[in-house]
Amino acid sequence: MLRFIVSRLLQAIPVLLVVISVTFLLIHSAPGGPFSDEKAVPPEVARALEAQYKLDQPLWQQYVSYLGDVVRGDFGPSFKYSGRTVNELIAAGLPVTAELALYAMLVALFIGISAGVFAAIRPNSLQDYIPMSAAMLGICMPSFLLGPILILIFGIQLEWLPISGWGDIPGDKILPAITLGAGYAAYIARLSRGGMLEVLSQDYIRTARAKGLSERLIILKHGLRGGLIPVIAFLGPAFAGLLGGSFVVETIFQIPGLGRFYVTSAFNRDYTMILGMTIFFAGLIIVFNLLSDLLALWLNPKLRQQTRGGN
Amino acid sequence: MQMPSQSSEQHSSLWLDAWIKLRKNRMALFGFTVLLVLCVVSLLTPWIAPYSYETQDLMLGATPPSAAHWLGTDIFGRDMLTRIMYGGRVSLMVGFIATAVALVIGILWGSIAGFVGGRVDAVMMRIVDIMYALPFMIFIVLLMVVFGRNILLLFVAIGAVEWLTMARIVRSQVMALRKQEFVEAAYSMGLSRWAIIRRHIIPNTLGPVIVYTTLTIPSVMLLEAFLSFLGLGIQPPQSSWGLLINYGVETMEEYPWLLIFPGITLSLTLFALNFLGDGLRDALDPRASKD
Repeated sequence: MLRFIVSRLLQAIPVLLVVISVTFLLIHSAPGGPFSDEKAVPPEVARALEAQYKLDQPLWQQYVSYLGDVVRGDFGPSFKYSGRTVNELIAAGLPVTAELALYAMLVALFIGISAGVFAAIRPNSLQDYIPMSAAMLGICMPSFLLGPILILIFGIQLEWLPISGWGDIPGDKILPAITLGAGYAAYIARLSRGGMLEVLSQDYIRTARAKGLSERLIILKHGLRGGLIPVIAFLGPAFAGLLGGSFVVETIFQIPGLGRFYVTSAFNRDYTMILGMTIFFAGLIIVFNLLSDLLALWLNPKLRQQTRGGN
Repeated sequence: MQMPSQSSEQHSSLWLDAWIKLRKNRMALFGFTVLLVLCVVSLLTPWIAPYSYETQDLMLGATPPSAAHWLGTDIFGRDMLTRIMYGGRVSLMVGFIATAVALVIGILWGSIAGFVGGRVDAVMMRIVDIMYALPFMIFIVLLMVVFGRNILLLFVAIGAVEWLTMARIVRSQVMALRKQEFVEAAYSMGLSRWAIIRRHIIPNTLGPVIVYTTLTIPSVMLLEAFLSFLGLGIQPPQSSWGLLINYGVETMEEYPWLLIFPGITLSLTLFALNFLGDGLRDALDPRASKD
């Protein structure tokens, strides 16, 4: 197990290196410098600015020094928010986005697993069709549509819930979490239905039934453990999707999180900010993929055996 | 296509079989119909749209649906039905072209890896694994920022993201086929590698590829809408469903129909395409029809 973790972490190093290099080169090959759309400044000011951000050095030198900074965990100053560093902005946005992603994931897991298991108990009946059709709807209803519709219904028509902000008014976290979680709930419902159907047809479930265990115990204890493996495997990639989804949800609900910062800096062409956040996101995604693989390994003894044999 | 008679027979019966299965699946047929109607409408839009794309009526402003404007008008007095039809052309075009880009890269990559095998395969698939782990949504945003928001780049950027799964599917299919006896027989008959690829591998890989293509189109369209919604995709004066939804959101309190109609259109299209993809999977891939 420890060997598996170490080897996966070692594999992550070249991946991160590729991400850093590609992003760095992309940004530096962009037409027009970061200050080009600002008002014309005197040449000496422009030179001073370039010197401040090390833009006057040759590219490879900039690359090496940036790499050195990143290894020390320093993403440098922001181009647009003068006086603030990328690290400070990430530190400000991360807790907000993490909280939003956590709530969204809880919403998704709770709704998704209940619907999926419920559907798998009686396949090809109404009990199956209704939640699965709802799941299909959830997949086809993108967050940038669902969010505004929820705002329109619960915020503006019924006036039950606040429609923007984060932690300012009680209840303002409900709509963003549902908006972000709904699509994942739908995927998780489909996955857990498939996984449960597969598991419930296995011999050990028949054994459990033959022992006279109650149906409830069979499904909750023996079924879920195996049936949720596809869901666990989905969690890593889902996390990457949640980050992307947070771009939209944070924009719609005006939440000051990483997603909104990223979109804003994309509009402002805040190059250091984009560069730093891309690398940060890549690191996060790698860590979460690893965690979800570990969880799947821990739940599935068969896979565990394979890794041990493989190494 | 010149094919040995036996394999063409097998070929047609597979497709006939699939077609019969597909026709029984009502949801898939519904999806197919929606897609067909959308394609026809998009092709004919310049002739059948009720108004021209540029027509504005600033005095009229935003009006709810009426006899003259079935889906209402936006704040510039532009007919919504016309806007949605023209937007659909762009959305569908992005869907098809970006999927085609993904298809070409994925098939080439996967078939080369699967056919050559060995170390080449290991390296190529390792690259795919690595790219899977990357934050692609973020890369597309990055590309759009760095190179400006032009539509050609959008095709390439989305296509470059979506080819990975295609490459995996094609590779595993090719690997399985390569060991089949009829391929070995073709080798022993002295056929060139390219001839084997063309005559045996490509036709036999087509099923899963078609299925996955149908499922890629809606996810590409969703990605385009997502980017356009954020203002990083299609730019005015061009319009797409994502952009229309973006505008609709800005004024949804006063003029909800500006959000609702493009929203329904996009959702319905995605719904239909997903059902068609699921139906095709059941029809063309007997192994996957279990769930």
